[in-house]
Amino acid sequence: MMVDLIYQLFPYAIAFTIPLLITSLGGLFSERSGVINIGLEGLMLMGMFVGAFVISSVEALYPTAAVWIGLLAAAVIVALFALLHAFACVTLNANQVISGIAINMIAGAVTVYLARFFTGSGNVQIIRGMPRITIAYLSDIPILGQLLFTHTYASTWLILLILALATFLLYKTRFGLRLRACGEQPHAADSAGVNVYLMRYMAVLISGACAGLGGATFIVTLSGEFNGTAAGLGFLALAALIFGQWKPWGILGATFFFGFATTVANVSQVIPVLAQIPGIYLKTFPYVVTLLALILSSKSSQAPKAIGEPYDKGKR
Amino acid sequence: MKYIVEMENIRKSFPGVVACDEINFQVRKGEIHALLGENGAGKSTLMNVLFGLYQQDRGEIYLRGEKVNITNPNIANDLGIGMVHQHFKLVHNFTVTENIILGIEPVKALMVDTRSASSRIREISERYGLNVDPEAKIEDVSVGMQQRVEILKMLYRDAEILIFDEPTAVLTPQEVTELMKIMRGLIEEGKSIILITHKLKEIMAIADRCTVIRWGKVVGTVNVSDTNEEKLAEMMVGRKVLFDINKKEANPRGEVLRIESLSVLGSAGTHGLKNFSLRVKGGEIVGLAGVDGNGQAELVEAIIGLRRTDSGKIYLHGTDVTRLTTRQRINSGMAHIPDDRHKHGLILDYTVLENLILKNYYLEPYSRRGLINWDYVYTHAEQVIKDFDVRSGQGAEASARSLSGGNQQKAIVGREIDGNPDLLLAVQPTRGLDVGAIEYIHRRLLEQRDQGKAVFLISLELDEILDLSDRIAVIYNGELVGVVNAAETNENEIGLMMAGGRRGAVA
Amino acid sequence: MKTKLRVKKDFLISISAILLGLLAGAGLMAVTGNSPLEGFIYLFRGGTMNIERIGNTLATATPLIFTGLSVAFAFKTGLFNIGAAGQMLIGGLCATAIGLTFDWPKAILLTVIAVASLIGGALWAALPGLLKARYNVHEVVATIMMNWIAYWAIYYIIPQHFKGPFLETESQRIPEAASLKVPWLTDLFSGSFINLGFFLAIVFVVIIAFVLEKTTMGYELKAVGYNRDAAEAAGISVNRNIILSMAIAGALAGLGGATFYIGFASNMQIGVLPAQGFDGIAVALLGANAPWGVFTAAIFFGLLHNGKGFMSAMTAIPPEIADTIIATIIYFAATSVLIERNWDKLKKINLENILRRKKRGKLAVKAGGER
Repeated sequence: MMVDLIYQLFPYAIAFTIPLLITSLGGLFSERSGVINIGLEGLMLMGMFVGAFVISSVEALYPTAAVWIGLLAAAVIVALFALLHAFACVTLNANQVISGIAINMIAGAVTVYLARFFTGSGNVQIIRGMPRITIAYLSDIPILGQLLFTHTYASTWLILLILALATFLLYKTRFGLRLRACGEQPHAADSAGVNVYLMRYMAVLISGACAGLGGATFIVTLSGEFNGTAAGLGFLALAALIFGQWKPWGILGATFFFGFATTVANVSQVIPVLAQIPGIYLKTFPYVVTLLALILSSKSSQAPKAIGEPYDKGKR
Repeated sequence: MKYIVEMENIRKSFPGVVACDEINFQVRKGEIHALLGENGAGKSTLMNVLFGLYQQDRGEIYLRGEKVNITNPNIANDLGIGMVHQHFKLVHNFTVTENIILGIEPVKALMVDTRSASSRIREISERYGLNVDPEAKIEDVSVGMQQRVEILKMLYRDAEILIFDEPTAVLTPQEVTELMKIMRGLIEEGKSIILITHKLKEIMAIADRCTVIRWGKVVGTVNVSDTNEEKLAEMMVGRKVLFDINKKEANPRGEVLRIESLSVLGSAGTHGLKNFSLRVKGGEIVGLAGVDGNGQAELVEAIIGLRRTDSGKIYLHGTDVTRLTTRQRINSGMAHIPDDRHKHGLILDYTVLENLILKNYYLEPYSRRGLINWDYVYTHAEQVIKDFDVRSGQGAEASARSLSGGNQQKAIVGREIDGNPDLLLAVQPTRGLDVGAIEYIHRRLLEQRDQGKAVFLISLELDEILDLSDRIAVIYNGELVGVVNAAETNENEIGLMMAGGRRGAVA
Repeated sequence: MKTKLRVKKDFLISISAILLGLLAGAGLMAVTGNSPLEGFIYLFRGGTMNIERIGNTLATATPLIFTGLSVAFAFKTGLFNIGAAGQMLIGGLCATAIGLTFDWPKAILLTVIAVASLIGGALWAALPGLLKARYNVHEVVATIMMNWIAYWAIYYIIPQHFKGPFLETESQRIPEAASLKVPWLTDLFSGSFINLGFFLAIVFVVIIAFVLEKTTMGYELKAVGYNRDAAEAAGISVNRNIILSMAIAGALAGLGGATFYIGFASNMQIGVLPAQGFDGIAVALLGANAPWGVFTAAIFFGLLHNGKGFMSAMTAIPPEIADTIIATIIYFAATSVLIERNWDKLKKINLENILRRKKRGKLAVKAGGER
């Protein structure tokens, strides 16, 4: 009984986790370079709009490739949109929190404006989502095969691959070493000849691409339409970033944890066993545990040291 | 090729100030060249220009006889210039190796090749006797060791011209000796060193030549062997400097502050202060000597009530104040001149008059029933400004930020002394000030002593301690090493005690 | 005198941000093939063309005054309250719950509702204040989390306890007695939404201005905001002030929630984080965190929001243009450095002249407001 339930829930939980994961990973790049990104919600929303709009425009022409074109377009265009945040935070030394809020509001207003302009209704629907695939051989593994490798989205594997690449990039390469140095001690990086501004621009750009991909992934796997709101997913990704203590694998754990809780809450109405757990607890759970994590880690926070500080060459 | 570095007619201005005004400066190959000047004289700015952190507005730089254009630190590195900054530029949670290779990482198969870097660092470290562990994390090693990592950073980049910005400020006298040995070793290997400092003794001890800067202009360059401390001081300040402070005989009275077996937890959870006991009487200045980071901060915070004590007691006039709040202690007669005036002393966005009531705004007549009496506050502020010679463009209405460092400090001293305290806790009261302001503050502290107040002076400047104190306590590693009478000791002895060497005499 | 220059500068920054925001809006209108001039005319007329619409503008501005004050007040203590939306929800929930539960005379009921929503908002914000004071948890993160906790709490509590007769997603309408709308006011503004909340907002603008400028409490709160360490070293209890400041900010937002849900609207919708919470940040920025500046900025935003429907009806421009303008204004307010830098470059000589002239005349200072 319980096992069946897990089998049933698992694909949904993973589908819900993946957009969160990639968005949170984007936040990781930005914040590890020293730029707070509470604009994730807006970046994700922009990704949803671009994804839905591009797919709905091209799917008549390229029925199978449309979702991939949509994902790519979302990543690229949202990365460009994130330049606004980078420009404010890096070049103009603006308050990073306010800039993030502005990003959220601009995305919220502009996407709906454009959606109304193009479709008249404010919603953008797509016809075909991401197809599900079953992976040969691996799906034959007992238990795990059914949980992980049966009827999965290709986008899931793409994003897990990005996670692995991002971890490698951050911890093993020259780029990662420099990026982390910018988030911890930008003056040290600067005096070692690292261009702090450039690193932060790139980090914010990457965070935009990731969040855009996250938004579009949500469209092609779960919702199938843009409806003018990211419903707090971006903030949930932000919570996961903090709960995961600014580490790639921590983020994977946190997003899965949150994804699972949200999935349980979403389906609890239709599954009698779960109906006993009040939805209010499940839905507020991610935010409450993030607050608790912040309290518990208050002595030994893993947050990047220079986060939120505009880098000013003059001040040293 | 006579000079390895030549800077010609360098001018660099910031909004409102000309930091470097037509400076000419030359360094010979293989020498230790000191750059001497008061705080804000422009020596750091000049070196930041040489290191590529700032661009000069005018003037030329020649290295090894060739004209160069140093627009960023990378170019400086390529040209063989390295710099140890006063505040180390290290990433705390990176290893020594990662810090050293940052910016010029060797790469193998897409990955940063830390292994080969480590072995090269170990090699250099051994050659110069630096004794650094390449695998250690920066947050786990001592300040002295961090400085060596900075030196290694330069050597790893094959720097030939090494700039040291006030390198001894954070070191014990013994570590200073050690550093000087390292510097001589570097010279023997053919490096050239520029030493930025305001300490005359160091220059006499190690430098070959010295260039003195005042108000952004070069006063002159001299051979150290042809000069002495007095002459250098005169060049630096622009007038004769009296090394001896005119001090009357102390006239100690009853005990004001008594610290009994005080233990305080430090920031890292270790014991910042261990079983520390000390008395300060009215009418005397007790100086606390010690190298930075040996428990002074914890002691100060415990005395004024910002840090919880672990065990032990603090008495003011015989009353136990250990459990009182900061405000209650202030009201019992405790005043505090903090070491960091921007962080702890002033609210820079408040005006001078608002800053002057920071400790008593809630008392009558400054306020009544929760409403501030701005008329009274204004008149009162005018008085303090006059008494303490605080100069600002707009009097009491000027924002604290707009004042010069010396005037900011005078405002703090004014506020604290105006409260007529019994105990004046002066922590690094002259840090970063010019000689004129230093002399003024010193006079005020002595005046307090002569009025029968207890003055507890905590300073990293050993000269200041020796000049002002009647008795000197020495702290090392959170413990009291001993207390000596100022008249019966000398720099050498205090220096040894600062490194933990015990001494029997306790006054 | 510094003050006046500062105020002048703040004003110019705000005006520049508004102009840039309007410019961005115009650009978006033009790109989508509409006439910006026409759009702006309808937008403005939609907010002002008759007494009813003016009333509606003020009614729309009312919650914004509260959230703007809330954000500005916390700013003064160096805290960033981005939780005004959640605090509004909690204030609104308190108001709705009491309004739907008790059958008391209007005067008593409204007083109780006001006090309850004030306390509800205060407590909701005091928690992040406490976390900041006690555990150094950044209030931005904490208030974001509190926003979503409030969002989901409302999402489940309203349908469960106060479900409306038609829709699962909204509460019942609050009764006449529990509404901040009063007939004389509605009649005065020919049927507008304007309600007692507007007058309450003015009262609080005055109170907050007074507290900040004239009282020791305001002095303390601002001292903590400008420099936490120095305030602490001077014996001011930083932790107490942080919690107090958040609580006051929350109380203001809570009241704003009440004025929105039982004044402007008549019931609560679930699944919506009220936009006024975030618009409040824009209002505070635009108003330079000064109470009367907040008031003015809120009226301006009220005008934009109230006019957008009319504009949308009269032209082909989607109403989200107003939100775009507001969002852009926030962005430019955040990047005011850019504006300031250019302004400085242009006016440097001029300012110096003014300073020099003013220095000669000695200034007699009367009150603390003169800063």
